[in-house]
Amino acid sequence: MLREVAIVGAGWSGFRSITPDLSYKEMMYEAAVRAYEDAGIDPRRDVDSFVTVAEDFIEGTSIFDEYTPDQLGGALRPNHTITGNGIHGLAAAVMQILTGQFDVVVVEAHSKASNVLTLPHILAYAMDPVYNRPLAFHPYAIAGMEMRRYLAETMTPLEACARVVVKNRANALFNPLATYGADLSVEAVLGSDMVAEPITRLQCADHADGAVVLVVADGATARALTDRPIWIRGIGWANDTHTLESRPWGEAAYAHLAAQMAYRTAGIKSPRAEIDFAEIDDTFAYKELQHLEALGFCRPGEAGLWTLEGGTEINGEFPVNPSGGSLGMGHLLDGSGLARVLEVVFQLRGEAGRHQVEDAEVGMAFAWRGVPTTSGAAVILSN
Amino acid sequence: MARNRVAIVGAGMTKFVRRAQETSKELAWEAASKALESCELTLKDVDAVVIGSAPEAFDGVHMKVEYLSDGCGGWGKPVIRGFVGGGTGVFSAIQGWYHVASGLFDTVLVVAEEKMSACQPHPQGAFITIFDNITERALGPNLLWIFALEMNAYMTRYGLSKRDIALVSVKNKRNAVDHPAAQLGDPNITVEDVLNSEVLAWPVQRLDVSPVTDGAVAVVMAAEHVARRVTNKPVWVEGVGWNLDTAYWTNRDLSYPTYVEEAARMAYKMAGITEPRQQIHIAEPYDPFDYKELHHLEGLLLFDKGKAAEATALGITQRDGDLPVCPSGGLLGVGNPISAAALMKVAELFWQLRGEAGARQVPGQPKRGVAQAWGDLMQVGTVIVLGV
Repeated sequence: MLREVAIVGAGWSGFRSITPDLSYKEMMYEAAVRAYEDAGIDPRRDVDSFVTVAEDFIEGTSIFDEYTPDQLGGALRPNHTITGNGIHGLAAAVMQILTGQFDVVVVEAHSKASNVLTLPHILAYAMDPVYNRPLAFHPYAIAGMEMRRYLAETMTPLEACARVVVKNRANALFNPLATYGADLSVEAVLGSDMVAEPITRLQCADHADGAVVLVVADGATARALTDRPIWIRGIGWANDTHTLESRPWGEAAYAHLAAQMAYRTAGIKSPRAEIDFAEIDDTFAYKELQHLEALGFCRPGEAGLWTLEGGTEINGEFPVNPSGGSLGMGHLLDGSGLARVLEVVFQLRGEAGRHQVEDAEVGMAFAWRGVPTTSGAAVILSN
Repeated sequence: MARNRVAIVGAGMTKFVRRAQETSKELAWEAASKALESCELTLKDVDAVVIGSAPEAFDGVHMKVEYLSDGCGGWGKPVIRGFVGGGTGVFSAIQGWYHVASGLFDTVLVVAEEKMSACQPHPQGAFITIFDNITERALGPNLLWIFALEMNAYMTRYGLSKRDIALVSVKNKRNAVDHPAAQLGDPNITVEDVLNSEVLAWPVQRLDVSPVTDGAVAVVMAAEHVARRVTNKPVWVEGVGWNLDTAYWTNRDLSYPTYVEEAARMAYKMAGITEPRQQIHIAEPYDPFDYKELHHLEGLLLFDKGKAAEATALGITQRDGDLPVCPSGGLLGVGNPISAAALMKVAELFWQLRGEAGARQVPGQPKRGVAQAWGDLMQVGTVIVLGV
């Protein structure tokens, strides 16, 4: 990349299953104040541009960017909104800094999922309006079909998916920001209610409310602001096809493509050897396994066995979702990407407390936008 | 200047129509294909795709970037959609600029699409959802109302008459006659027609307002080494700026768009422009309403506050005037598929600066132009300066 780019401040609000006491504006404000305090900056003086992440239908407001500047301290300044996951927003900030025209850019993403009473109905509006929407099936059925295809193609045992849930929700017990920490068994996960066969209730991440704000800066500014910048080594994002009829159902091609771009920009040749841990999308339990393979941390069919052997536990060979992931922390809708990045930042700063990964020097965050999309984004960070 | 020079090397658009038979995805495909054909590139040459689209409520597609992605050529590529309400069209070109200027991509396809006709019976039903859900939406506001407030504030502050402002509508609808993609070109329209048209929300009348439109526009943006290989007439992005003011629009002085001035100053600084009135030869300000063209010309620092109407009356902003303004026909004439309309302005500058605008070509071989868009709750300005 043309310039060094680093995260110099991180703030959050939440994460909780409901937040009747807070509006989305208050959550954004709380996260922003924390991030600015962390970075030691004044948003009215030191920030060149603001990037927010939101989708109209989730917010219940059209052209939602209208309501973003005030609570971030961004009024009458360059602001824009990205309709992607949080890491797409981070990518927009990184690109702005790489142009050389901006030195400090703020990125925000949030979830007020508890306000969304009819999420499956909203997701149904993401289906192709001509070919798929008239069939009126629950969008999670797409995940069910994809999971079945993945398990068949890779010979992954169902127990491995359940182990992902057990691991992530156990990790969440040690994370004070996590909402859904629990001590579960494989049997309990597989025995919970069926949602979209073979996905059971406990294999789906429940939603949470929260906001994340990151302060991103070029190398020189980062060094002046802090003695512990978290460097953005590489970033990548990609879409596979949105069309259900023409996508590969067993593999996460979008994750593979996004990771290849991130590795290329970071100069990483051997991800498993060069990266110490990862926070990756686990909206559904099988997704953690499918993504691990697509991201190149293991070969197709190996992620399940690796998980069953404990290789992805916090103290394993390659910790995956030490935060608890979306299964343990709660799914923040499009804010999930920045929640993953937030955890990588804590880990690389050595601030993760009881869920700290030992010798964490290089970490990856990867996010997927959920059904019915094939949209993924990855970032590689180091201390 | 940016560390990497970025050029526009191709542009294409669909016809702007009241109701397109094509789906959103098909409209996006048509514009994207035409833009690539115009510079003899194929999808293989495209490193990333930027998508522009404003409220999703128009065509009722959630996560519209995902739905549009393969229609825009984004299959297997990095795809991103940003938005700033009505400012989105110019902003998508700004996003294309920062993709290329970042050094991460050599060639980026920028596609803006809007299909407003799908919103029945009228897109105002979608526009009600842009208002604050606690303080305003319960009042059942119509978008025209707030622009009527702004138009009134502007007229009152500077003592302008309806007749002064109607000249803009006449100019742009006449200019649009020469645009092959235009929806509302009218060679015979007069000021009297505008003044006698139906009152929608005083002082806004039917012919003061741009129409509801379906359409898509695409441009291809490239790094210098690619641009010089692809074309001998690259149009360079010299400056970009954008600015979003507070959501509390009721607290704002509506007679002057400070946020447009801030965006313009940002773009001019980057472009090294110190005397915009001398250094800019052609302007495509956002004109969804006739008064907005005047408002924006002042925000862009091209005329003194309150003086743009006088310049219009003197013919300065005609296609053969000293500062041609909206030679395309603008939103009032070509049509207003929100985000696509503003990217159309960027495409118009591309064609004008290359001398390829045909019957719309402004005389005198213009070297530099500015395009600008505006939107949200009278809140955002996006500005791009292009030059050859």
